[in-house]
Amino acid sequence: MADSTMSPGTVAAALEQQGYLCDTGLATAVFLSLSLERPLLLEGEAGVGKTELAKVLARWTGGELIRLQCYEGIDANQAVYDWDYSRQLLHLRAAEASGEARNSGADALENELYAERFLVKRAVLRALEPATARPVLLIDEIDRADDEFEAYLLEVLSDYQVTIPEIGTVRAAVPPIVVLTSNRTRDVHDALKRRCLYHWVEHPSFDREVEIVRRRVTGVSDQLARQVAALTETMRGLHLYKPPGIAETIDWATALARLGASTIDESLVRATLGTVLKYREDQERVTNNGLDQVIKQALQRSLVA
Amino acid sequence: MAGTSTVTVESPAERLAVAFSRILRGAGLTTPVGSVLLFVEALGQTGIDSRESVYWAARTTLVRRPEDIPLFNRAFEAFWLGRTADGSTQITETMKLTLQLDTDDDGSDERDSAETSSDDETITLRFSAIETLKHKDFADYTPTELAEAQHMMSRLRLAGSPRTSFRHVRGRDARLDLRRTIRSSLQTGGEPIRRHHLDPDQRLRRLVLLLDVSGSMEPYSRALVRFVQAAVAGRQKVEAFAIGTRLTRVTRELSNRDPDRALKRASDRVQDWSGGTRLGDCLHQFNDEWGVRGMARGAIVVVLSDGWDRGDPEHLSEQMSRLQRVSHKLVWVNPLKVTPGYAPLARGMAAALPHVDAFVEGHSLAAMEELARVIGQP
Repeated sequence: MADSTMSPGTVAAALEQQGYLCDTGLATAVFLSLSLERPLLLEGEAGVGKTELAKVLARWTGGELIRLQCYEGIDANQAVYDWDYSRQLLHLRAAEASGEARNSGADALENELYAERFLVKRAVLRALEPATARPVLLIDEIDRADDEFEAYLLEVLSDYQVTIPEIGTVRAAVPPIVVLTSNRTRDVHDALKRRCLYHWVEHPSFDREVEIVRRRVTGVSDQLARQVAALTETMRGLHLYKPPGIAETIDWATALARLGASTIDESLVRATLGTVLKYREDQERVTNNGLDQVIKQALQRSLVA
Repeated sequence: MAGTSTVTVESPAERLAVAFSRILRGAGLTTPVGSVLLFVEALGQTGIDSRESVYWAARTTLVRRPEDIPLFNRAFEAFWLGRTADGSTQITETMKLTLQLDTDDDGSDERDSAETSSDDETITLRFSAIETLKHKDFADYTPTELAEAQHMMSRLRLAGSPRTSFRHVRGRDARLDLRRTIRSSLQTGGEPIRRHHLDPDQRLRRLVLLLDVSGSMEPYSRALVRFVQAAVAGRQKVEAFAIGTRLTRVTRELSNRDPDRALKRASDRVQDWSGGTRLGDCLHQFNDEWGVRGMARGAIVVVLSDGWDRGDPEHLSEQMSRLQRVSHKLVWVNPLKVTPGYAPLARGMAAALPHVDAFVEGHSLAAMEELARVIGQP
């Protein structure tokens, strides 16, 4: 897919075919990441579709999606490789029982023990292995990992290679497509950012959101899609603790469609509010604002646009 | 950077990239040479004819923080409008200027180190001076005393109680360290005689400092900002914000080890220094954009403010309770607390107090030592 005819336009079209609608900015960022073979760092509010992009990219390119969820304290053993200790122990036992351990000596035994068959390959190492299509390595929520891990990752992402002392250097013949996401709970180190292309993902425009809902939610009427999108858009303007993202819009529309609704009314919204607002205070704020008013406003909006 | 002088500018894309990054630097955005080169590569892919392509190629390669986007947009606007009018002579000149900027950078680095070393030498304090200074009210400080206080504050240890990490280190109980055990069993013919263990590691909690820089705090914020700077430059995982009529993150600015440079940068960044206060709004913004999202989770959060607030106390109370629910410890430092007959009459203060884990003074060095102790308590 990374050929000379590719352009931001064709990228956007291909992603759209996979059910992911993106604007020119994101399409250009993806296009550049593919053609320059650089990691793409996505930041943005929770629920704007950062992780989803990586999944869609994998579907499009046919590469394997390899996901590395970061958390505080993650280290190379969990992200790159580890040894299969129980099998190593079993092997030692067997070698001892057969007398092999005594005959061949400690060095030979060590070589056997640290061979590839005892290697447990984790996400990063798997992404560097030869594959028919470039795998998509999703490094999710990098801001949750510690600085040390980030520095380590920088090394991997600069040369697309990993050194395992007992085995040697593993280098990707074709670099994987790398997508990093961050929720900005802290700043990702500048050195890592410099290595990456950067894109700040925004909430989609009203029309785009309607389109996303219609594509993603089966059995949703055009009218309902517009109304739900208008309602979430209105809610984003109410200074909530957690303004609803696209993920919530989709969940909400799915819930309403499942209930057989073709248009929203106050009792339906009240009954399903928990799918879109996850804080008690937020629900209160919306209902105190006069739910009927909020709905009326949104209904008008859904007709105008 | 010295290598830049040998680069010969050839293609239109390179010329465009160099010219635009110069404008960005002029506008105050940092554009490392590596990013500019990446921008040139990106232009090679997108072409330089369409405004939209150039815009996005530039933004994905040169912008690294959403805060910088408005500034970037203005710079791009100016650049794109003025682009066609300029001839090639203009561009040659641009190159020269870029080179000057680069050398300037190098030069300032040298100055940096020179300054810090001379600072180290000049600050010497007599013991008696320290003692008097320790209990003196910050509001009565002379500029020299401020500088001395800065030096002393940088010695405060702001560790905070550690928390258990997911990571493990060598230890004595808990989990068996199979990796190490197997390694050493090789020496005993494959028999795991020596066993190694792992313990959970201990990690520093993040420390978040929110400094009120409004007019009413002025006598104290001069000194307290130095405390904040010492904290940011002195240990890892510290975040600093200025609150007034708006919220400004100043972690980056204050992390410079030279206090004077750090303070200068921070005051350039904070636009509402000595203005009004909208504590509730600022905390709301902090909670939404940083705190509740993750920065304040499990962290020690310190608010340095006199609690005078023009906003709705209800709002402040709500945001404080939200902040307290995610943080490990919420400390309020009020320099006015020591004033004889002080009662938390400021409406904001009264609204915030029920949600505070510790309420301490903040008017003198001795009070800051006490604050360091409170932060250190489990």
